[in-house]
Parts: sequence; structure tokens; C-alpha cells
Amino acid sequence: MKYMCLIYIDEELYSALPAETRKRCEIESIAYDETLRKSGHYCTSDALASARMATSLRHENGRFSPTDGPYAETKEQVAGFVMIDAKDLDEALRIAEKFPGARFGGVEVRPVIQIG
Amino acid sequence: MSADPQVTKRHGEVEAIWRAESRRVLATLIRLLGDFDLAEEALQDAFQAALAQWPQEGIPANPRAWLVSTGRFKAIDGIRRRARFTAWDEVAEQIEAIPAAPGPEDEAIPDDRLRLVFTCCHPALSLDARVALTLREVCGLTSEEIARAFLVPLPTLAQRIVRAKAKIRVARIPYEVPERDALAQRLDAVLRVIYLVFNEGYSASSGEALTRADISAEAIRLGRLLIELLPDPEAQGLLALMLLQDSRRVARTGADGALVLLADQDRSLWNRAQIEEGVARVSEALRSGRFGAYTLQAAIAAVHAEAPEAAATDWPQIVGLYDVLLRVDPSPVVALNRAVAIAMRDGDAAGLVAVDAALAGGELAQYHLAHAARADLCRRLGRRGEAREAYERALGLAKQEQERRFLQARIAELDHAPDAAAD
Repeated sequence: MKYMCLIYIDEELYSALPAETRKRCEIESIAYDETLRKSGHYCTSDALASARMATSLRHENGRFSPTDGPYAETKEQVAGFVMIDAKDLDEALRIAEKFPGARFGGVEVRPVIQIG
Repeated sequence: MSADPQVTKRHGEVEAIWRAESRRVLATLIRLLGDFDLAEEALQDAFQAALAQWPQEGIPANPRAWLVSTGRFKAIDGIRRRARFTAWDEVAEQIEAIPAAPGPEDEAIPDDRLRLVFTCCHPALSLDARVALTLREVCGLTSEEIARAFLVPLPTLAQRIVRAKAKIRVARIPYEVPERDALAQRLDAVLRVIYLVFNEGYSASSGEALTRADISAEAIRLGRLLIELLPDPEAQGLLALMLLQDSRRVARTGADGALVLLADQDRSLWNRAQIEEGVARVSEALRSGRFGAYTLQAAIAAVHAEAPEAAATDWPQIVGLYDVLLRVDPSPVVALNRAVAIAMRDGDAAGLVAVDAALAGGELAQYHLAHAARADLCRRLGRRGEAREAYERALGLAKQEQERRFLQARIAELDHAPDAAAD
């Protein structure tokens, strides 16, 4: 069963951290991906550019209109994602708890429904 | 219809077996079938089959095993019948995935019920959904009964249950007892649900009194089930707490339905059997040395229960227990209760200082009982103006009708006291 883990961080808080702390988080994240690859839980992962770089398309009055910014204006924004393979939600949550980036916010774990 | 008395008698027996075994059978069917809805349907089918066969053919030697294997068979049958609409290999796969029915002495069965409790109380479900699902699946209450007890419209409650079951299926919330490292945290969620169910029955604001008492009884039954399945000191403490609180149920309201305070209750109305069991269980939990907030609250309730009259209450011991509770589970409400106990041990003036310290945090500003406690102390200290002001604030915040009447009576008393004119 695949789970999409969306890592949310408070960008303001994160950018205020010392550069070496952020670097360490990055190195730890890559190392953790490697651990998950070895245990067979890893599918894919990546970091996202700042939510300030986001453009959202909203469907209104029968057409899409683009607006500057993330889809939801909240303190914490999606900063990265990891798609994992886990046997059930508890295993997925145990894995998600250890995402280094999630220490600056949190993780949303969502089952992936395979279509077709 | 057959009027054969033997058959009629067996009908009654079938229903008695059903009442005793249906929740266990459901728990096992959920494990075998991996789906709550499918399992419930299979359970109903198995019951229908039992009603049709047992009165005529006699009751099988192991009714539970019979119900499980019949339910399993009915579910497979149902999947096959629906096969007309799905691809055959998919159906075969689905049926193959269903494990064989357990033998009569299978040890996994008690575990199935524990699995069911933990699944229904999974922290990934909303607290409301956990409560509803536990009462529905573990206790076997109908959606109508739960909706009535919690004063929720039936469609809302039904939706809550449907959504919770969908999340269990779609997100794959495991049907298992969590592993040792996660157990403590998950047990907390289970205990919280049980206590929430109990409180809904014990101190609810409205609704039918009878339904509410039933809900408390269900919580106590759940607490017993949990201990039977998983002997844990804190679960023991929670059961003790519920028993001790419930032992005072009859004495808590007067003939007119008005609230009677602990100090004014007729202690001969307290349920002695429940007190004895509660005290024994709390002592056992305390002896383990591995207890938490529920056990400490139970210990406080036990001290009250053991006092032959209010004046004989061991207040120093209660203050001591509150000191420990405040360390284990600090909260403004615990600080307030401790302050009231200090008033009883050291006098009203010392109590008022402690109440004001608890109120100073600001978190109790909207809590009517904090203002009521302050009012009582001011009244006893003769500070009538302050007492009236605090009673008015409490009244403004209180929502429960019995409590409102109690506060109004206190305000009226202040106004009619002999020296009221001098105030």
C-alpha cells in the first residue's frame, strides 16, 4: 500500500535557522531516504521550492484563473514529499515520524488510491 | 408457526447465546474478513441461520465457533453472488485472502476483541468517531441508541461511523494490538475513550436519565473487558475510578432532581459493593507502582468513599494525593480541586488563597466551578459582596440546569440571610 507523506514546515521559522542546521537536516533527509530504500519502503521523494514560488489555479465561474501563492494561506506549507510503501497506517506513521524535515512542522500521511 | 414448547424454549436460548457471544463473533469475523461492513453483514446472516436451525436441530456444542464459521461461509457466499458484477479472478483472489475459520479453542479469539478495541480507538480517528465506533462495534449499541445518548442527530452519528469505517479500510488502520513501544501511547487513547463514554453517562447535561445510566454501565463493562484482556495498572485505576463515581449515582440527585453535593449526600445510598470493588482495585493499581492520573483520581474518590460521614474525610491525605496528581498530570482544574481540598484541611482563608492562585493563571476564567468555589469560600468568610459577584459569574457560565438552580439558590440564600440588610 502506498502512502504519500507531505512534509509541512513553517518556512519563516526554517529560514531563520542557522545555515548549518538546515544543511544537517538536508543531509539527514537524504540518509533517511537511503535507509528507506534499503528496507524496501521507498518509492520516490523530493523537496519543493518555497511556497512563495507557488502559483495556484482555481476553478471559478467555469474557467481556471491563476493566482500568486500557495493553495492555502497557512503558516505551514508543503515543503517536500516522500512516497512510501508500507503495510498499514501504523507502519507508515512510524516511518513518517522520522522525517528530519518534519521536525520544523509536521507530516500529513495520505493513502494513495491507485486508479485504473 | 410451531407451538412446540421445546422449540420456543430453544428460541430463548438462541437469543441468550446471541447476546453473550455476538460481539466476540464480530471481532473474529472482522479479523477473518478484513472489513467492518462485510463482517457485520456476515454476523447478521449467521444469526438468521442460527434462528432458523438451532430451535429445530438443537444447539451446537460450540455455538461461538458455529457462528464464526457460518458467518465466514455466508460472507464468501455473498462475495460469490456479487461476482456477476466483477471479474472472476478478482473474486477468487478476494476469497482466497480470507483465512480459515479458527478452531473452537483458538487462542486468537480473546485477542480479536482487544484488536477491535484498539482499532476503534485508533488516534488517527477523530475522538468523536472513536467514541461512536467503540460503542457501536465493541459494545453493540445501535446507532439510534448512541445518537440519543450523545444528543447528536442520527444522520450525523451514522455519517461519523461510516467515515471512520472508510478510513480504517482506505488508510489501512491495522486491526491489531499495537507493539510494545506504541502500546502505552495507544492505551491512553483507549482509556480516554472509555472515560469519555462514562462521563457522558454520569454527568451529562440533558437527555433521558435511563439512557445515560446505561451508557455509564457500558463504559464500566468496557473497562472490565479491557482489564480481562490486558491487565494494566492504569486500566485498573480507571475502572476503580468509574466504579467509585458510579457508586454515588443515586445519592447525587435529590427527590426534586436537584444536585446534591458530595458533603450533603446520604451516604447510606452509596453502592457498597461498587465501593468495595473500587477500593480493592485502586489499592492493587497503587501497589504496582506503575500508575497514572486515573489511578490517582480513583485514590481520591476512594478516600471520600471510605469516610463514614463528610466531616470524617481524611483531607490531609486528599491534599497529598492532589499534590502527586498535579505532578503527574498538571492542569488548572486539578489545581482548583487541590485548592478546595486545602480549604477543607487548613481553613477557608488558606483555601481562598489557593483558589485565587489557581484562577490567576487565567485558564479557569470561563470555568463556572472555579467561580462557584471562590464564591463558597467568600460566603463562609463573610465576604458577602465578593461571594455574590462570584456566584453571578458562575451562573453566567453554567450551562447545566441542575447546577444553575443550585447557584440561584445560593444567591437567594445570600439575599435572605439575617444580616443581609447590614451588607
